[in-house]
Amino acid sequence: MAASSVIDVSAALAAGPATAAQWLVVLPAASCLLLSAVLVMLWRQPRLQQLLAVAGLAFLVLVDLLLLRQVLATGPVTMVMGRWLPPFGIAFTADLTGVLMALAAALVAFVVCLSAAGERETSGRGDGFYPMLLMLMAGVSGAFLTGDIFNLYVWFEVLLIASFGLIALGPERAQIDGALKYAVLNLVATTLFLIAVGILYAVFGTLNMADIVMKAPDLRETAPLVTLTALFLLAFGMKAAAFPVNFWLPAAYHTPRPAVAALFAGLLTKVGIYALLRVTVMLFPPEREQLEPLIATVAVATMLTGGLGALAQNDIRRMLGFVVIAGIGTVLAGLSLGGPGGIGGALFYALHSMVLMTALYLAIGEAGRIGGSFSLAALGGLYGRHAGFAGLCLCLFFAASGLPPFSGFWPKAMLVKAALDVGAWWLAGAMLLSGFLLTIAFGRVFLMAFWRPAKETAPPVLALRWQAIGPLLLLAALVVGFGAFPELLLRTVQDAEITLDNPQAYLGSVFPQGAAP
Amino acid sequence: MEAWFSLLAGLFFAAAVYLILSKHLIRTLIGIVLLGNAVNLTLLVAGRLTREVPPIIADGLDRLPGNAANPLPQALILTAIVISFSLFAFLLVLAYRAYRVLGTDDTDRMRFAEPVDEPAPPKGY
Amino acid sequence: MNSPIFRTVAPFLTSLMLLFSLFVLLRGHNAPGGGFIGGLVAVAALAIHGAAWGVETVRRAIVFHPLSIAAFGLFLSCIAGFASAAAGVPFMTGLWVTVHVLGSAVALSSVMLFDLGVYLVVVGALLAIVLALEEEEGV
Repeated sequence: MAASSVIDVSAALAAGPATAAQWLVVLPAASCLLLSAVLVMLWRQPRLQQLLAVAGLAFLVLVDLLLLRQVLATGPVTMVMGRWLPPFGIAFTADLTGVLMALAAALVAFVVCLSAAGERETSGRGDGFYPMLLMLMAGVSGAFLTGDIFNLYVWFEVLLIASFGLIALGPERAQIDGALKYAVLNLVATTLFLIAVGILYAVFGTLNMADIVMKAPDLRETAPLVTLTALFLLAFGMKAAAFPVNFWLPAAYHTPRPAVAALFAGLLTKVGIYALLRVTVMLFPPEREQLEPLIATVAVATMLTGGLGALAQNDIRRMLGFVVIAGIGTVLAGLSLGGPGGIGGALFYALHSMVLMTALYLAIGEAGRIGGSFSLAALGGLYGRHAGFAGLCLCLFFAASGLPPFSGFWPKAMLVKAALDVGAWWLAGAMLLSGFLLTIAFGRVFLMAFWRPAKETAPPVLALRWQAIGPLLLLAALVVGFGAFPELLLRTVQDAEITLDNPQAYLGSVFPQGAAP
Repeated sequence: MEAWFSLLAGLFFAAAVYLILSKHLIRTLIGIVLLGNAVNLTLLVAGRLTREVPPIIADGLDRLPGNAANPLPQALILTAIVISFSLFAFLLVLAYRAYRVLGTDDTDRMRFAEPVDEPAPPKGY
Repeated sequence: MNSPIFRTVAPFLTSLMLLFSLFVLLRGHNAPGGGFIGGLVAVAALAIHGAAWGVETVRRAIVFHPLSIAAFGLFLSCIAGFASAAAGVPFMTGLWVTVHVLGSAVALSSVMLFDLGVYLVVVGALLAIVLALEEEEGV
C-alpha cells in the first residue's frame, strides 16, 4: 500500500532524517494549532486555559528565538511536509524576514495574552478567547514561515476564521456591526487572493515560491505577470488596509475589547504587508518596478487618509484605526522605493508598528477604562492622577509620530533618505506631512485627555491595574530600547532585505540539489 | 474548451460582484458564495481541462492513465471549497445574529459602529 | 417539525446515514471519500434528527459539546503530524503499522488518524453552526 508500488518515488522523497533545526520551522504553527485544540477541550477550566495559553505563547517566543538564531547562523531553513520534496510537496521555509516577523508577532501575542489574563481577573468568565488567540497565532506563524503560496492562502484563512471568532466575541450592537463589515470585506480580500493564486498556477504550473522564482525569468516575456502582480497587490493591499480598500479597518477595530483590538492592530495588517513584500520583492521584482508609480500613489493616499482621518476623530479608539492606516502607508512608501533603504525601511517600520500599535491600543484601552470614556470631549485629568502612565503614553505617542529618540524615528529616517536619494521628494514630503498630522492628533489627545484638568461633572479617574501596565511596560521597553540602540535591528533588517531581494540562499535551502527535478 | 469555461467564470464573477454591491446583506452573502464558485471554476480552468478520465489509480494499476485530469487543481478546489464553506457558514450565523440584534439587513442603516451623529473633536482647550 | 411520517423515518435515516458516513470515512484512503465528506454526511444525519426531534435530543445524543468534538479532531490531526517526529522523518509523513486482529491483517496509519481528526472537526464545527441555526428558529 504505502511504498510497495512499482514506481520508484525515492527521487521525490526527502532522504535523511529531519533535523531539530528543521522541526523549528513547523513547530510555531503546529504547536499553536495543537494547543488551541487542547484549550477548546478545557473550556470548563478558565484558569487552566489561561495558564496554558501564557505558557504556550512563551514557548512560541522561545521557538521563534531559537529559529532566529538558527537562521542567522546558517541561512534559510526548509522543512518539507510528509517527506515530499518541493515542488511536489509543501515546503516550510524560514528566512530572516519571515522569522523576524514571526518573532515580533509571538512577542505581541504573549504580551496581549498577559494583559488579557489581567482583564479576565475582573470578569472571571471563560470564553473562546484563548483558543482563538492560539489559532490566530497558528495562522500568523504559518503565514510567515510557509514557502508555498497556496499554503499561504490556507494560513490566511486560518487566521481569518480565528479573527472572526475573536472580533465577534461579545454582545454589543456596535461590535456585531463592526464584526460583520470586517468579516465580509476580509473574506472578499482572501477570495481575491485565491483568484491570483489560480492565475499564478495557470501561468507557472507550480505553487512553490522558490520554484516560481526560478521559473519566472523564462516566462517573463510571454506571461501576464504585471497583471498578476497587480492582482496580488489588490488582494494583499485590502488585507493590509491600503487606500482605497481600507475603510473596513476604522469601521471595525474600535469595537472589540482592548486586548483583541491590540492584537488585530499589531498582527493582521502586517500579515498582509509581509505577503506583499514576499510576493512583490522576492517573486516578481521587475513587475514591482513597473508598478512603482501605482504603489507610490497608493502609499501617499494611504498616509494622508490616515493622518487626516486621525485628526477628524473624537473617539480615541477610532483615531488609532487611522494611525494604523498611516503606518501602513509608510510601509507601502518603502515598498514603492525598493532597494535596501526602501525595503529595509519598510520591514523595520512593519516590525516597529507591530509592537507599537499593540502598545498603543493597550494604553488607550487602559486610559479609556480609568477615564470612563473614549471621547476626547469628555476625558481629562489623567496626568494629574497618573503622571507616570501619562509619560508612558507620551513616549508611545512620540514613537507613533516618528519622533526621535523612539523606534519609529529610524525606519522613517531610512525611508525619507531613500526617497530623497531617488529624487522622490513628494514621497518624502508625504511621509513627513503624515508624521506631522499624527503629531498634531496625538498632541491633542495628550492635551485633552491627559494634561487638561478633569471636568467637574466627570466621574473620578480610576486606579491603574498592574496587570495592564506590566505588559505595556514590556512593549514600551522595546519601543524605547530599539529607539535608543537601533544598530542591531538595523543590521538584521538589512540582512533580511538582502536575502529577500536576492533569494539565492532561499532557493538553495528549498532545492539543496540545485535545480528542480 | 478553456475559453468557454473562462467566459462562464467571467459570468459568475459579474453576477457575484453585482450581488455583493447590493445594499441588502443577504444578497451580499449570496454574492460571496457565487464569488467562491467563480474562483473555483477559475482554478479548475487554470489546471487545463481534460475530459472524462478522473485522476484515480484503478485497481491493479500503479500509475494514472495518460489522459487523466490534473489532480492538483482538484485538490486546491477541494481545500478552497472546505474553507469557503466553513467561513460562509460562520458568516451566515453572524449575519443572522446581526439581523436579529441590529434589526435591519440594510447596510445603509447599520451605523452602530460608526454613528452618523458622532461629534467632531473639541476645537479648543 | 410535527409530521409523524418524518418523525418515524428520521431515526432510521439518521442511523443509516451515520453508518454510511463511517463507511465513506474509511474507504477514503484509496478511493473517493474521506474525512470531510464523511463528516458532512454525519452532520446532515444529525441535522435531520434535530429537525425531527428537536435540538436538545441531538445535544444529548452526542454527549459532548460540538466544539469540543471539533477540538478533539484537531488534536488528533495534530498528533498524527507530530507522530513523525518519533520516527525521525519530516512533519506529517505517513507512518504505517499492520496489526493482526482475529487473523486478518489491518493496516493502521497516521494518515487514517489524520482523516479521523478531519471527520471529527467537520462534525463538530458544522454541527455547532447547524444546531445554533436550528435553535434560532425555535423548532
